[in-house]
Amino acid sequence: MIPRHLFIGIAAMLIAVATMTFYVRRMKHRVLDLPAASTDTRPIAPPATGPTEQVTLYVAYDDPGTIRAVSAQIPLPTGRQQRAEELLRALMNLYLDRASTHPLAVGSEIRSVYLVDPGVAVIDTNAIFADGHRSGVLVEELTVASIIQTLAGNIPGVLRVRILVDGKERETLAGHADLSDFYETSAVSQLVQQLQVVP
Amino acid sequence: MRSSSASLTLILVSALLLFTVLSISADEKRISVYSTIANYSLSTVDRQGRDYVGLLEILEPLGKVNSRSDGNRWKIRFGSVDGEFTTGKTRGKISGRDADLAAPFLLENGRGMIPLASLGAILPRFLGGPVNFHENARRLFVGNFTTPFTVDFVKTTPPRLVFNFGNVVNPTISTEPGHLRMVFIRDPVVATTAQDWKFEDHMITSVAYSENNGAAEITVNSTVSLMASFSAGGRTITVTAPPSTSPGAIVNVPSGSMRPMPPATNPVTPPLPPPVAQHRFVIMIDAGHGGAERGAAITDQLGEKDVNLAFARQLRHELETRGVGVLMLRDGDTFIPLDQRAAAANSARPGIYVNIHSTGQGTGIRMYSAMLPSAEENKGPFIDWNTAQAASLALSQQFASGAAVELQKRNIPARILAAPLRPLNNVVVPSLTIDLGPPSSNVADVNSPTYQQPIAAILAEFLASQKARLEAPR
Repeated sequence: MIPRHLFIGIAAMLIAVATMTFYVRRMKHRVLDLPAASTDTRPIAPPATGPTEQVTLYVAYDDPGTIRAVSAQIPLPTGRQQRAEELLRALMNLYLDRASTHPLAVGSEIRSVYLVDPGVAVIDTNAIFADGHRSGVLVEELTVASIIQTLAGNIPGVLRVRILVDGKERETLAGHADLSDFYETSAVSQLVQQLQVVP
Repeated sequence: MRSSSASLTLILVSALLLFTVLSISADEKRISVYSTIANYSLSTVDRQGRDYVGLLEILEPLGKVNSRSDGNRWKIRFGSVDGEFTTGKTRGKISGRDADLAAPFLLENGRGMIPLASLGAILPRFLGGPVNFHENARRLFVGNFTTPFTVDFVKTTPPRLVFNFGNVVNPTISTEPGHLRMVFIRDPVVATTAQDWKFEDHMITSVAYSENNGAAEITVNSTVSLMASFSAGGRTITVTAPPSTSPGAIVNVPSGSMRPMPPATNPVTPPLPPPVAQHRFVIMIDAGHGGAERGAAITDQLGEKDVNLAFARQLRHELETRGVGVLMLRDGDTFIPLDQRAAAANSARPGIYVNIHSTGQGTGIRMYSAMLPSAEENKGPFIDWNTAQAASLALSQQFASGAAVELQKRNIPARILAAPLRPLNNVVVPSLTIDLGPPSSNVADVNSPTYQQPIAAILAEFLASQKARLEAPR
């Protein structure tokens, strides 16, 4: 014989399940009845305007596993932090292009760059950037070195850089490149010199 | 009527809960092999409801072996014994004679796999001696290599339970209220006299022995918290209640051990390699990733962790044939956290720590040394964890460079780079990472023994030739 309180409890749970099922079905029908939304073409952040400046982007090439310094003309705002963000977004746009030499996952994004004196920069990326990144020592190293060198090479005074994912610390980018600590830009600069040599 | 429907509901809910619990607790299947040469664990795979294992991987630690596939046919040579199997066939040949399998032979990415149930019949024909296979527990003993044990109950206050083992053992020990568990994965522990012991005592009530999933387990049941301590060089484990019994786990390790204990909350972490006597020169090989951490997807079916382990074993074999002792940090499909890998290397103090990775991108080999982050100040005898490699970095770079030159001399493309790759930063001794790329555009070839073997041989030759330099900084 099942105790009365247990029976009432189970009955209440079953009623809750039935109610939720009914509610979910109604909501589903309501969504289906909505007109198909057109593609949202609004930009996520207002594009930088104004005169363009010549900058050097350090672009990764998977084949043959190198980094090359590439000059580019991009519009940059006057604020130091906004300049850093636009600079890295320009680099990300190269990687998100169909003909990219170092493709990143679609939707990868630099959320913010925080410049903290003296000489510290924190780059906050979105989750797709890390979750969708290809795994491998070199491919991850190319991404990290390219981002940090592009930042340090164009924003004077940046000595140490930290990369966060969705505002949080992460052990590695995709199983290899260390994200658990600050990078010295001088060490990254030496690494980029190694990576500029075609094997 | 109302009562029966309620009963049905209760049964359904219970079944659902039980299914959920069982699904979560299901471990990855593994087989453990014990022999006088090596004790190791391998993952098994489920194919058509049967457990399979790679034959090459089983034989590799036991001697010189190579294999090659030719269409549907797969040939293997172990020592002077040749075997040949065909995909989908249950009959192969070993030394020219028929060899029957319990289920069809499978060939996946050049990896020949036989059903686990056939190991007991197939292996003796390659090894030329008997094997004892506990199929249900997936434990395979080559020859009569076992570690029996005895249990003695000593009625003192508090009572003691003394386990005497035939050899040094290194179990993972965990405690919970009412139980102390010792899990032996790498030790060929077997119960020869009984499997259950009961005691007329109010503190320690019974002992049970069981085998499952490539491991032996001894469970001590009690009414109080227990602690275990080692003696006789690791051959004896004494289990007793602490003088003032309190709830919680108390686990002792052998006195003087340099081995860091794995976290008590993670009893599935494999035991780390035993501490190494200071006078013995060894090289530590660490196959990257493992367990749930697959690493890079070389192909859809081939994960980096498997390539890393296969190459690590090749390198071990080549080093051992040159008289160099090797410690494998991971010799099975197990996950070890990065900090624990570094801690194990720092405890064992090998001549050099060699970290193995692999990739499907590019071709050839990349040799990496550490790229150190900004250093915190060393405080007295305590070295900053994140830059522990600093003192050995110059030597590490020289070894990476020297190894790359040796490969290039044999026309194998090799590149030298720094990398922000843990745990290289955290290892005190000279350390390098070998990143193995495929020989050609066919990326699956990176796992081919015929590709890996010559590279392992060149690297082993180089490392063996550096023994004097590697020993010097120790």
